[in-house]
Amino acid sequence: MRHLLTAFTVASALIAPWAASTASAQHETAQDLLDGQRFYNERGCANCHGPNGDLVPGINFSAGQFRRPMTDADLSSIIRKGIANTPMPASNVTEVQAAQIVAYLRSLASAKSATVVKGDMARGKLVFDGKGNCMSCHSVAGIGGHKAPDLGNVGQARRTPDLERALLDPQADIQPNHRYYRVVQNDGTTVTGWLLGFDTFNIRMIDGKEQLRSFVKSDLRSHGFIESPMPSYKNSLTPQELADIVSYLSSLRTTPATPAGPGR
Amino acid sequence: MKLKLIVLLVLAAASLQAQVTFDRILSGVDKEPHNWLSYSGTLKNQRFSPLNQITTANVKSLQQAWIWQARSLEKFEATPIVLDGILYTVEQPNNVVALDAVTGRPYWTFNYTPAPEARACCGRLNRGVAILGDTIYMGTLDAYLVALDAKTGTLRWKSKVAEAKAGYSITHSPTVVKDKVILGTGGGDGPIRGYISAFNAKTGEEAWRFYTIPGPGEPGNETWSGESWKTGGTGVWNAGAYDPETNLVFFGTGNPAPDWDGSSRLGDNLYSDSVVALDADTGKLKWHYQFTPHDELDYDSTQVPVLADIQWQGKPRKVMLWANRNGVMYVLDRTTGEFLKGKPYVKANWLDGFDAKGRPNRVKFPTKEGTAIYPHVHGATNWAPPSFSPRTGLFYVATWENSGTFAREGQFPGAIPGPNTRQTTMGATIIVPFYNNPETEAIGVVRAYDPQTLDYKWEFRLGDITWGGTLVTAGDVVFSGGRDGYFLALDAKTGALLWKANVGGQINAAAMSYAVNGKQYISINAGSAVFAFALP
Repeated sequence: MRHLLTAFTVASALIAPWAASTASAQHETAQDLLDGQRFYNERGCANCHGPNGDLVPGINFSAGQFRRPMTDADLSSIIRKGIANTPMPASNVTEVQAAQIVAYLRSLASAKSATVVKGDMARGKLVFDGKGNCMSCHSVAGIGGHKAPDLGNVGQARRTPDLERALLDPQADIQPNHRYYRVVQNDGTTVTGWLLGFDTFNIRMIDGKEQLRSFVKSDLRSHGFIESPMPSYKNSLTPQELADIVSYLSSLRTTPATPAGPGR
Repeated sequence: MKLKLIVLLVLAAASLQAQVTFDRILSGVDKEPHNWLSYSGTLKNQRFSPLNQITTANVKSLQQAWIWQARSLEKFEATPIVLDGILYTVEQPNNVVALDAVTGRPYWTFNYTPAPEARACCGRLNRGVAILGDTIYMGTLDAYLVALDAKTGTLRWKSKVAEAKAGYSITHSPTVVKDKVILGTGGGDGPIRGYISAFNAKTGEEAWRFYTIPGPGEPGNETWSGESWKTGGTGVWNAGAYDPETNLVFFGTGNPAPDWDGSSRLGDNLYSDSVVALDADTGKLKWHYQFTPHDELDYDSTQVPVLADIQWQGKPRKVMLWANRNGVMYVLDRTTGEFLKGKPYVKANWLDGFDAKGRPNRVKFPTKEGTAIYPHVHGATNWAPPSFSPRTGLFYVATWENSGTFAREGQFPGAIPGPNTRQTTMGATIIVPFYNNPETEAIGVVRAYDPQTLDYKWEFRLGDITWGGTLVTAGDVVFSGGRDGYFLALDAKTGALLWKANVGGQINAAAMSYAVNGKQYISINAGSAVFAFALP
């Protein structure tokens, strides 16, 4: 109750929603946006604002909506110093990190949802497990396939428009740690898989048989990135099914600890 | 036909990576010498590798294969496990990493930050992970058990073992028995009541719990005066052993708390400083043996139990070998707990013998003037695991010779000079460390003991003390090292130095061995890094 009152007080003290400038974000690199996204999630911003930035009343980062016009410097200052007498805390991020978070917030507004259909989480799970055949490659909290990244925390890490885009146009925005790779060994054997790491001399991946594999580059005839085997669901799922599956994915957060301990 | 066989073998190898059954863990290196599926290679804790590519004749050619640098600067006490070319270890305090065992390059890392209230007494560290099925298990400094997907490092579940705010922690490698993951709670230098818990490996639900201090109405509670049983410490912070013939799981237990002043906890303080033998399915106590009744010298008995089948007085006997922190080496019957033999294996003056049941007769007590005590609180060994070779029949222990002085607070006039005199929060006893006394200054030494006599056949003296254990291989090479940062290869039969490598940091862990593509590797965690060595 006390939190609710605080939220109302803050909301009424600030000015009406306003679309902010995105000009300065144009100078940021893709890596800055990734770093900004990482800080946004890791430093607890998403805990209150949500992955889509729309959980605090009067604020919606995905719509470019703030409670009053904000320059990048304003936002950076708020991120670092917080807002006194409100739940918005100060943080110990550096100026550079704050600028990267700002760049990420600005970028959120440019990604628009492709559908207006409202999804259903429970139906989405049925599609995910059934028609979508998602578990043949993906796992959730370590259970399922291992040919593609685990999705147990995807609702925390990715926003709704990102999830939609990944389903409709999976090649459009491959995360750096979600890339696929092909090696051709000297005997002609080809192995493809989810790239886990590479360095000057070695390549590591999970192959199509879900085995961890390591290759020495000098033992290979060729090697390189390939397109993600993730199919587009544009034509194989209905708009309602897509909305449902996105709703389900958005609900996936890392499960909290199982309570136990002394006294039990 | 031959091709078919090869294909089958390849397919078998592929499926091996996916599932580790308990039978595989139980037989461990005995059936799969190329893998290292538990803390000590098998649940007998012999830390013996049947690999014999590296021998006393060729070990001098051993070369560094790779190094993996951790980001943490905490002490690196973990022993890795290896499954089919994948090496899993823990970067302190609780980040798990899966490395390619041939190149040392990572497949994945799992980052875990313990809660701020996790405050272990003696370093933010971890001694290793366990595996069952396709899941990696780790106990965390803030007293959780976490289960990770072995392929990707994804967190499957996390189960609270104990309350970190109350002083509990977990630092040891979990012990897998059948469908359960078994851990003990550390923190016994503080006012906890320790316990050992078994968790369902699939779900993380607690299956049973054994308190290392009996509660009211239970046998042994009378060995604690007043209410001292509630806060008597007795942590568990090292891996256990398992005997399938009796279905008993064995754990060593830590010191009673407060550590150095027993006046508030009169009695034997069961089951502190003991080995407890528990039914692996129920956690019920079947037998125990207490090494140090009413301990006032912090003689934790948290060494790994080493199970061996040896000839004893002319007959085969299933025994447990134990080189204890209290300076005494023991041979126990592991089926019944019967005391077969006990004998100081370093200079030890706190006892002058045993009664018929193996209870030690303590003869040294704190005095106003200060009592000289051997070994000192640091002990003859600590948690570092020893090894046993079925080939040589010898028990290899990295140990300390050391001494100190102890006296009660208030009785101690400060007459013992030296800059290192100190008071700790562990109890109202002052112990003067061993420094600055050339006659009694501690040394580290690797020794090979004969379990029949508990005398040593050979020794190799180190230039500094050691927190490293030993590994022995079927090539009859013992690998060990210590605080001065040399990783050593010794002849298992003679103790002769065969090879050494400067690893540039303290060795605070025991080595292990594995093989990939027919090549044997020796791996040691030292300084802040994992090292692997192999022949050219």
